[in-house]
Amino acid sequence: MSPRLHLGVFFTGVGPQLVWTDPAFSTHTHIDTFVATAQTLERGLFDAFFLGEGLRVRENRGRVHDLDVAGRPDAITQLAALAAVTERIGLVATQNTTYNFPADLARRLASLDAVSGGRAGWNIVTTDNAWTGENFRRGGWLPHERRYERAGAFVETAKALWGGTAVDRHDDLISVTAPPTVPARPVLFQAGDSAGGRDLAARHADVVFSANTDYDKAVAYAADLRRRLAGYGRSADSLRILPGAAVVLGDTPAQAAEKAAWIQREQVTGPRALAFLEQYWGKDLSGYDPDGPLPDIEPAEGELDPSRGTIAIEHRTGKAERIAGWRALAAERKLSIRDLVVEVTPQHSTFVGTPGQIADEWTRYVRDRAVDGFNILPQLLPGTIEDIVDKLVPELQDRGVYRTAYEGTTLRDHLDLPA
Amino acid sequence: MSVTRPHLALEVDGAGAHPAAGHAGPAGDIAALTARVTTAEAAGFALVTIADAALPPPGGPARVEAGVRASFLSRRTQRIGLAPTLHVTVTEPFHLATQLASLDHASLGRAGWVVGADHSAAVYATVGLPRLDGAALRQELADGIDVARQLWDSWEDDAIIRDRVTSRFLDADRVHHVNFTGERFSVVGPLITPRPPQGQLVVLGADTLGVTGRLDVALVAAPTVDEVADRARQARTDGAPLVFADLDVLLGADRLAALDAVAPWGPAQRLRHTGSAEDLRDLLERLAGLVDGVRLHPAELHVDLPRLATGLGRRPVTGPTLRDTLGLHRPANRFATAG
Ligand SMILES: Cc1cc2nc3c(=O)[nH]c(=O)nc-3n(C[C@H](O)[C@H](O)[C@H](O)COP(=O)(O)O)c2cc1C
Repeated sequence: MSPRLHLGVFFTGVGPQLVWTDPAFSTHTHIDTFVATAQTLERGLFDAFFLGEGLRVRENRGRVHDLDVAGRPDAITQLAALAAVTERIGLVATQNTTYNFPADLARRLASLDAVSGGRAGWNIVTTDNAWTGENFRRGGWLPHERRYERAGAFVETAKALWGGTAVDRHDDLISVTAPPTVPARPVLFQAGDSAGGRDLAARHADVVFSANTDYDKAVAYAADLRRRLAGYGRSADSLRILPGAAVVLGDTPAQAAEKAAWIQREQVTGPRALAFLEQYWGKDLSGYDPDGPLPDIEPAEGELDPSRGTIAIEHRTGKAERIAGWRALAAERKLSIRDLVVEVTPQHSTFVGTPGQIADEWTRYVRDRAVDGFNILPQLLPGTIEDIVDKLVPELQDRGVYRTAYEGTTLRDHLDLPA
Repeated sequence: MSVTRPHLALEVDGAGAHPAAGHAGPAGDIAALTARVTTAEAAGFALVTIADAALPPPGGPARVEAGVRASFLSRRTQRIGLAPTLHVTVTEPFHLATQLASLDHASLGRAGWVVGADHSAAVYATVGLPRLDGAALRQELADGIDVARQLWDSWEDDAIIRDRVTSRFLDADRVHHVNFTGERFSVVGPLITPRPPQGQLVVLGADTLGVTGRLDVALVAAPTVDEVADRARQARTDGAPLVFADLDVLLGADRLAALDAVAPWGPAQRLRHTGSAEDLRDLLERLAGLVDGVRLHPAELHVDLPRLATGLGRRPVTGPTLRDTLGLHRPANRFATAG
């Protein structure tokens, strides 16, 4: 069988990605929006619908960050509701291993798998930061360098409980005495990109959800992961690679480009550009003109404020050097604050073009085994979802790289994972 | 005219209250539960409660977590309230509040919460927390309810403004840190979830937990009507807006001997009715003068529920929210700023 593309949608619920100023915007917090989205994706024969996790409302300098969409449900609760109104699509919850009790989370995931008839997935993240921990019983208890050790022990515990084995394990990272859950086998996703994250994926994950979307990066990443898999005695085919991707479709290339430019303008508004810099400067910059030069004042002492969400460790330190680099870049290319932010915001790769163009590009990715599919991060709701299902999916089907009907009933079936 | 008092609740976990009812079928049998709850909805029950525990009942199979069951049911029902048991003792208070708020959103305002207080050594061992009892346990429950209520209010109803002029999605002045400090945990907040449709979920709990003043509905389990009356009075004095009596029910007294031969029911821990539907209606009428509602625990759900459905003579409740059904007002937000 020639390789096939697997598609998911990552419904993040926070951050600048989702354009709420779009006149057609569906309230992203309303259950009806979730139901409509999941049902549209099921019509498009998607493998999975994902919910992200962020357990503290983002802030900017101690105040609730007010510019981006915010507000999201508990993922497992919401997916259980969606299980009742869908039949085939996989339902994946991002859940962290630091601020959960292993037996409790394993039980809830098994429950989702049970009520959905084998459609549950767990996107394993570590969320070790102490700022998020302030909402939990043991805030900040886990040192950053041990987060994947805890994650490994947590996942092993969950797998045992799902498989019918009681667990009695007590050490400095985990304390569980628990009987098995209802029988279950959620598909395991992993999203961390550090060596520890990749290693956890190689040991336990069925799917990786990476940020390595550009073709060359994707190829290198796949090679690295397959090497790690072999180290754990797993076959190269036992893991699916689904990088995150944004998609902007147009009837013509020009129309698509125009729409992509509009989306980016809406995503990087003047106030957002200033708020982005405030996070680094640690000072009020509201008096600066976002279309003018970078702030001339010196940033506050100390490292980066963690309150704008999960930040990879390498971005949490080295603030002064980063700001110096931006100043040099802005001076050299005469960038305004807004231009600079567009330039340096870590963006998920965006595919822009006609449905035919993107289908051609994706066909190459999957035939070369650079990826097994994509996890799409919608920018327009419901626009992105409807465009992809109605326009891109038929093109992929025409090229023979996308299913024309669900063959199985479980998420494991959809992903062609070993039984 | 259809009778609407007392309010009726139904416990739907397991196979029934009689020990001979055995355990529910295959653990993941959500289809059977869905059929039961839709029957209860058509029969005029105001809500179902879904008992749960981290550990399976002795000799029984592992259970599907009650919040997950309730959420699934939220999209298969239209009017009935859904109140899972979640235990304060062995969960993260922040997750608990988020899960319940999400259930209220998914059900468009039909969620309740039965406050669970499991505190056996075995259940604490599942999470590795130190075991609490007595006054420390009561304090933990009080803190768990208080922080959930604060978190449900942490977003004001109109916090999402989508103001293009100022580019603000939220009004940051209407999303509040709760800065809760309890005896054993603290939570900064706000919740990650906007305010639930009901503002506050309907919080139910036993009158024996020592937190009656924090409940919306106190559940009274006592074997005689006189004791129910006394305890109901006390619960009201302690501040519970509504009181429900727990009642075992077996319709058709002729079934009792056969069931008891398999496993004797034992002395009643709560009111118990074995007899006809007509006598049950009389009992309910009598209880209506003493309590606001009655929660039924059928001896065998698969036999007694269909009999209740025909025997109670009720129409489905109209909702739309559980608070509406129970006549509880939607509370003002404690953080709401004037103007
Ligand atoms: C595509 C993608 C999606 C992610 N989604 C989440 C999420 O929803 N919640 C979360 O806490 N972390 C999320 N993460 C963060 C990762 O779990 C991880 O913490 C981060 O990438 C840093 O990697 P490391 O933990 O291996 O250092 C995501 C990462 C990627 C690449």
